[in-house]
Amino acid sequence: MSKYFLSIFVCIGVLAFSSAHAQENQESPAPAQSTEQNRVVPEDYAENYAFTDANDRKTFLKLTAELRCPKCQNQNIADSDAPIAHDMRRKVYQLMKEGNDEEQVIGWMKQRYGDFVHYQPPVNAVTMWLWLAPVLFAFIMLAVFIKRRKVVDDDDIEARLARAEQLLKEE
Amino acid sequence: MSRLAWFLLPLILFLTICVFLFKGLYSDPMERESEVLAEPFPAFSLPDLMDETIIYDNSIFDGQITVVNVWGVWCITCAIELPYLTQLSQEGIRFVGLYYDQDIDPDFGIKTVTRVRTEVNEMLSRTGNPFEFNIFDVYRDTSLDLGVTGAPETFLVDENGVIRVHHLGDVNERVWAAKFKPVLDELQGVVAQPVVEELASE
Repeated sequence: MSKYFLSIFVCIGVLAFSSAHAQENQESPAPAQSTEQNRVVPEDYAENYAFTDANDRKTFLKLTAELRCPKCQNQNIADSDAPIAHDMRRKVYQLMKEGNDEEQVIGWMKQRYGDFVHYQPPVNAVTMWLWLAPVLFAFIMLAVFIKRRKVVDDDDIEARLARAEQLLKEE
Repeated sequence: MSRLAWFLLPLILFLTICVFLFKGLYSDPMERESEVLAEPFPAFSLPDLMDETIIYDNSIFDGQITVVNVWGVWCITCAIELPYLTQLSQEGIRFVGLYYDQDIDPDFGIKTVTRVRTEVNEMLSRTGNPFEFNIFDVYRDTSLDLGVTGAPETFLVDENGVIRVHHLGDVNERVWAAKFKPVLDELQGVVAQPVVEELASE
């Protein structure tokens, strides 16, 4: 009985320690994370495209990081050097200059290259399972766990232990 | 019964995962549904590659089944497919080139149009020329509108200017027979029928 509780305490202790540690970890490398972001969207690359408004520039960097290159599939158009990525960056800039907002630019690209071109998948009947499946799985597992758990009677255990002890002694 | 279920459940799960992963082995991540299929060819107004005074628009598709081939001299696969396209054009297929050049980048232009024309002529004299004419997609806007990801890409456009086939990569005998020929036959069948009916009603 006491062993049972001890193991639970150990588990809680480990969890608490690791979460505290994780928080520490998250706080310290914050500057490192932002440099990482700069690497994915190189600053100097945006220099080809001049913006007078700082917000526009931010939107441009965000869009080129979010839009996916249809030729080199696991790169965004900011990262890729494929001719099509060059063209798409230019088009994003052009569309923005024409006064289109973020959604309109994404819509323009999706109309030509499909949902594929945006790294954020739309939530619809097919993709909904990406979000639902893990939650459903957790609930099903919980239900199975509760159903299968046997309530063990303490007295019964002691009686069994006594019997086992006796058997050992007899040998 | 319940024991049987507990035995079968993991088995079924295992088999499902096997089938899923096995299919993944042979799936082509580059294969995507084209967004322009069954859509009208995007509106354009572009000059002829060889003579900028001639301006083409969507009326080039009126009444004729056309194969639009997106290409460039810098494209190696294009050089490989051009002889086959030439052969097809000799069999009566109408080809129109949608030409785009990488080096005339609107941002970093370095190549002159005269040089592009020389290069195109050189290449076509080597590979054969399947094209009735070439449309010069100067700023590559029409390529983007078509959802082109690179050259070569080939479109089959019907006589109403609607895109029926969008093919990425080279066109060879196998691709032509599997992808283009059936649609072409169907289109020509559809075209032939109303004529027959008209004659019958007369």
